[in-house]
Amino acid sequence: MTAVTDAAPISAPKGVGGVGQSVRDSLVIARRNLIRMGRIPEMLIFGLIQPVMFVVLFTYVFGGSIQVGSSSSTQAYREFLMAGIFAQTVTFATAGAGAGIADDMHKGLIDRFRSLPMARGAVLTGRTLADLVQTALTLLVLAVVAVLVGWRTHENFGKVLAGFGLLLLFGYAFSWIGALIGLSVRTPEAATSGGLIWLFPLTFISNAFVDANQMPSFLRHIAEWNPFSATVQACRELFGNLPPGFQTPDAWPMQHPVWASLIWSVVIILFFRTLAVRKYRRAAG
Amino acid sequence: MPGAIYAEGLVKTFGDVRALDGVDLDVPEGTVLGLLGPNGAGKTTAVRCLTTLLQPDSGRAVVAGIDVLKHPNEVRRSIGLSGQFAAVDEYLTGRENLQMVGQLYQMRAKAAKARAAELLERFNLTDAADRPAKTYSGGMRRRLDLAAALVVSPPVMFMDEPTTGLDPRNRQALWEVIEELVSGGTTLLLTTQYLEEADRLAHDICVVDHGRVIARGTADQLKAQTGGERVEVVVHEPEEITPASEVLRGFGKGEVAAESHTRKLTVPVTGGAKLLAEIIRELDTRGIAIDDIGLRRPTLDDVFISLTGHAAEDAVGDNGEEGEGTTTPGRAQKAQNAQNAEKEAAK
Repeated sequence: MTAVTDAAPISAPKGVGGVGQSVRDSLVIARRNLIRMGRIPEMLIFGLIQPVMFVVLFTYVFGGSIQVGSSSSTQAYREFLMAGIFAQTVTFATAGAGAGIADDMHKGLIDRFRSLPMARGAVLTGRTLADLVQTALTLLVLAVVAVLVGWRTHENFGKVLAGFGLLLLFGYAFSWIGALIGLSVRTPEAATSGGLIWLFPLTFISNAFVDANQMPSFLRHIAEWNPFSATVQACRELFGNLPPGFQTPDAWPMQHPVWASLIWSVVIILFFRTLAVRKYRRAAG
Repeated sequence: MPGAIYAEGLVKTFGDVRALDGVDLDVPEGTVLGLLGPNGAGKTTAVRCLTTLLQPDSGRAVVAGIDVLKHPNEVRRSIGLSGQFAAVDEYLTGRENLQMVGQLYQMRAKAAKARAAELLERFNLTDAADRPAKTYSGGMRRRLDLAAALVVSPPVMFMDEPTTGLDPRNRQALWEVIEELVSGGTTLLLTTQYLEEADRLAHDICVVDHGRVIARGTADQLKAQTGGERVEVVVHEPEEITPASEVLRGFGKGEVAAESHTRKLTVPVTGGAKLLAEIIRELDTRGIAIDDIGLRRPTLDDVFISLTGHAAEDAVGDNGEEGEGTTTPGRAQKAQNAQNAEKEAAK
C-alpha cells in the first residue's frame, strides 16, 4: 500500500443539481441493482415460479368451476383470469423493493449513500426503476406461459400493449409502497412478509379471480373501488378478455377503468414517494 | 478560526437517553482527533451528526468551513466516511463498488473508472478487483470500504472504529494507510475503543463517556493528568522489601506501595530515566539484589480507568446507543499496552 493521496485533498466536483442530477444518480443506482439481480438469478426465478404456479392452478383446478359473466366455459375463465394474475404479479414488486432497501439499511449501505453528495431520492428511485425492469421481464415470461395454456387477446396490438403499460405503472407504484416498508422495518425478512401479507386480501377482495358481481354487496363495494380492480378491469377491456354476458358494475372506477387505474397509480406514487423520500432522509442505519 | 471539524454543544437524545450531552470539538486542519470511549459512549452518534446522517437536537457543527445543518449537501462533497461495518455492495465487484461511489460523488464516468483503478492498485486489491466483494476477506472488505471513502481525496475524513474486528496484521496495515493519508494534509476524526490506536494515530484525544467529553488533550497530557510516572522495583528476597522501600522513599514523590507476595514496590516519581539510574546505583550500593526495575508511564487504559471509574471494555452500551457492535479486544489489548509500556521503560 503505497501513496494513497497523490495530490492535496480536494472536494468532489459540484453536481449539476436539479432534475439532471436526480436522473443521473437514479440511473447509477438502478444499474447497481440490475447488476445485483443478474448475480442473484435465483431471486428472479423464484419470482417467476409463483405466478406461473397461479396460472396453472387457477386454469386447471378452478377453471371449470368458477363462473364469470354468463359463461362457465373454461376458456372464458382462462382469458378472464390472466389480467388478475398479471396484476397480482406486478404488485409483488412491493416485496422485492422492500427487502432490497431493508437489506441496504441493514448492511450500512444506506449510510454510505446518505453521506454522499447525491440526489436525495435517487437511492429509492434507482431501486424502483430496477424493480420495474424485473417486473417487465417477469410479465414477459408470464405472458408466454399464459399463451401456452390458452390465453388469447381479442383487441389490436396497441391496446394490448397499453394494457401492459398500465400493469407496469401499477407495479411501479407498488414498489414505492415497498420502499417505504423497507425503510420502516429492521430486517429484510420483515420487509418481505410486510410487503406481502396485505397484498392477499387486496388481491382477493377484488375482481382479480372472480366476478365481483357475485360477491355480497359489502365486499362488492370494496372490490369495485379497490385500485387493484381498476387495473384488472382496464386490462380485461384492453385485452378483450371480458367474458360474454359480463355486467360492468355501475361504480365509476369500473365504468372508466383505464382512467381509474392511471389515477390510482399516480396517486400512490406521489403519496408513497413523498413519504419514502422523507423517511430516507431521516433513516437510521 | 475554527478548525476543519468544529462542534459546539451537540445534543442528541433517543427517547430519554441522551446519546450526546453537549459535545464540543475542534480539530485543526491536517490533524487527527481520536474520539475514545467505550461502547455506547456516543462516539458513533457524534460521527453521524457531523457527517449529516443525523440531525442533532441542538448545537452547531461546521465541517470544512461549511455549516453542517444549513448546507448538508455541500458538506457531503468534502467528507469521506468509513463506518464500523464495511459498507460495500457484496454482489458488486470491488471495481464496480468504487466506480459507483465515484459517480455518486458526481465524478464523470470516465474519471470514476480511472480513480477506481488507481485506488484498487494502491489498496492491493487489483487481483480481486473483478470478483464480487462477498468473496473478499474481512481485511479486504475494510480496505475496499476505506478506498470508497477516499474516492475524491476528501479534505475531511471520518472513520468510525476503522480497525474493529481486524487481525493485528491488517490493523497495522490500515494504520499505515491512515498515517499516510494524514501526512497528505487530510483532517481526520477517528473513533476507537482501542486505547493503543488513539495513542498511535491521534494528535489530540477526546475521552467520551455517557455522551460527554470528560477529558481532552494529547496522549501525553492525559497520561500526565493521571499521575505521571512511577518506578517499579521487584526485589530478589522478601526481606529486602523494607530496606528497598527506604531507598525509594528518598527519591519518590509520594507513598511507596509494596506488595509482599510479588516483592514489588511502586513509587510515583518525577525526573524520569535519570532518576532511575540514581535509584539503581543506590540500591546497588546498599547491596539490595533486584530482579526487575522499570520506569512505568501510565497507559491510556490507566487514564481511562481513572477518568471513568471503569475500564474501556466492560462498559457495555448502557445508554443504549444503536449500532455499536460488541467487541472484546480490550483484554488482549491491555496486556499488549502494559507490555509496550514496560519495553519503553526498559530502554
